[in-house]
Amino acid sequence: MTVISVDGVTRRFGEVVALDDVTLDVGPGELVGLLGPNGAGKSTLLSLVSGQRRPDTGGVRVLGGDPRDAATRTGLGVTPQETGLPPTLRVGEVVDFVGGHFPDPMPTAALLEQFGLTDKARKQTGSLSGGQKRRLAVALALVGRPRVILLDEPTTGLDVSARQALWGAIRRYHAEGGTVLLTSHYLEEVQALAERVVVIDHGVVRADDSLDGILRRVGLRRVLLRAATDLTGLPGVARGERRDDGTQELYTTDSDALVRDLVSAGVEFSDLQIRGASLEEAFAEMVAADTLEGAHR
Amino acid sequence: MTATTAAAQVPPSGTVSPARLTWLHLKFQFLETVRIPVAVLGNMLFPSLAMFFFVVPQSDVAQNPVYATMAVAGLALFAVCSASLFTYGLGVAEDRQLPFDPFVRSLPAGPAPRMVARILNGAIFALFGLVPLIVIGWLFTAASVTLLQLLAGVATILATSVPFVLLGMAVGYSLSAKAALPVVQVVLFPLAFAGGLFLPPVAFPDWLNTLSQGTPTRAGRDLLVQALTGEAAYAAAWPVLIGWTVLFAALAVRAYRRDEGRRFR
Repeated sequence: MTVISVDGVTRRFGEVVALDDVTLDVGPGELVGLLGPNGAGKSTLLSLVSGQRRPDTGGVRVLGGDPRDAATRTGLGVTPQETGLPPTLRVGEVVDFVGGHFPDPMPTAALLEQFGLTDKARKQTGSLSGGQKRRLAVALALVGRPRVILLDEPTTGLDVSARQALWGAIRRYHAEGGTVLLTSHYLEEVQALAERVVVIDHGVVRADDSLDGILRRVGLRRVLLRAATDLTGLPGVARGERRDDGTQELYTTDSDALVRDLVSAGVEFSDLQIRGASLEEAFAEMVAADTLEGAHR
Repeated sequence: MTATTAAAQVPPSGTVSPARLTWLHLKFQFLETVRIPVAVLGNMLFPSLAMFFFVVPQSDVAQNPVYATMAVAGLALFAVCSASLFTYGLGVAEDRQLPFDPFVRSLPAGPAPRMVARILNGAIFALFGLVPLIVIGWLFTAASVTLLQLLAGVATILATSVPFVLLGMAVGYSLSAKAALPVVQVVLFPLAFAGGLFLPPVAFPDWLNTLSQGTPTRAGRDLLVQALTGEAAYAAAWPVLIGWTVLFAALAVRAYRRDEGRRFR
């Protein structure tokens, strides 16, 4: 049985098409990373899966049910945004409140201990640090012992150690058989957690592959050099661009081989620079060139 | 680390009962309201001040048991209407702008427990607002009621507050906080005047009296006066009040359902 099933879903906001005929199935025990630039439609997709919105066309099923039915959502855990915790409620109270919605919630004390928040139980959430709020947010997704959790940018804005701690909690949940769908615009985060990666941009699924498969596709090198002859059509160059100042920008999966080819072919070049493609450049590779304007950030 | 989630086990099926969910939401809404004491106090202060400025100094009113009781009833109802419209109109609009709101909507509970809890929470704080009014009316005016009348009055005022809570929610779920504030004010004060909460309806010209009897405030006021003094309300008072309640309930539910589509992403 698929845990999350998104079938031909389109969702518009006025003129903007946030999701355009998206189909995505997540099986039990999978850990899927949704990767995409801001505004790509990741959060919209999660809000459909969590039943907050309904699709214009197409269907969304969670654990075999309609996520807009409250009964379906007893098997679903969602994180609030860390900025959105009710500031006057205490940490323990927020956990009690959220846990109270589920038939068999985890004991508040045990959950707070797992997330290192035991000594904060009596503190109002407004007094927590950013990292503590994030930990609380992920704890709130787990309090109902859900079978599937949706994590929207779980570690955005955290320092390295706080991020590692949260990743640990997510991995533990997954290791016990939980299904995870998480969004991120950090390649690194998806790389650290996900087994399967779905790249989404402009409301369209651009790639849906294993982590290795995606990494190969984004493992591009950027070769910058100055040359008189047009090199953008060389074999091994995935994409290239000639600039007015005489420099050329070439993207390739194997920069070593490209440079060897240039040398052995006797091509005149100068000012050679090579570096790994950034995430934005990797996106540029995956998304069509005519829809690039939304991809930068 | 010791007590991690039992995700691999078969989870228990079924949802938490609506009554327990309502109690849960009521408990936490009450906590949230009470943690900001200024809001609670402000709600209690305005009707009390109005009593001291407009009722207590006028001995014709203050020393006449029926008039004084009517004056207390009018201000009490105003306090409840104002609390309901502001708490829900403005409070809901503000809540919707917090990112916690969509999160709560993703929890396994329908809109009902939350809305019912809001109504109950509003009623609790409306009752707090009545306490100083009753004390002032008792100590400084000739207003007098039996215990039974007082209880009947409290029950009536709670029933009367329901349409205003629902109207407030309809506004709150339709508008942003900035837009909700003027809308609530524009709705509240004409309704309060036309309903005879500030000036008794006996002072109204005929056309205004007729118009007034169609308003929920007038219907509520006359029912409240009936409960407190025994002076019979006009025949249509209950149908008018119930009619508005049904209309505002439909508006509130519609606004709640449409709310999701209006916010961007």
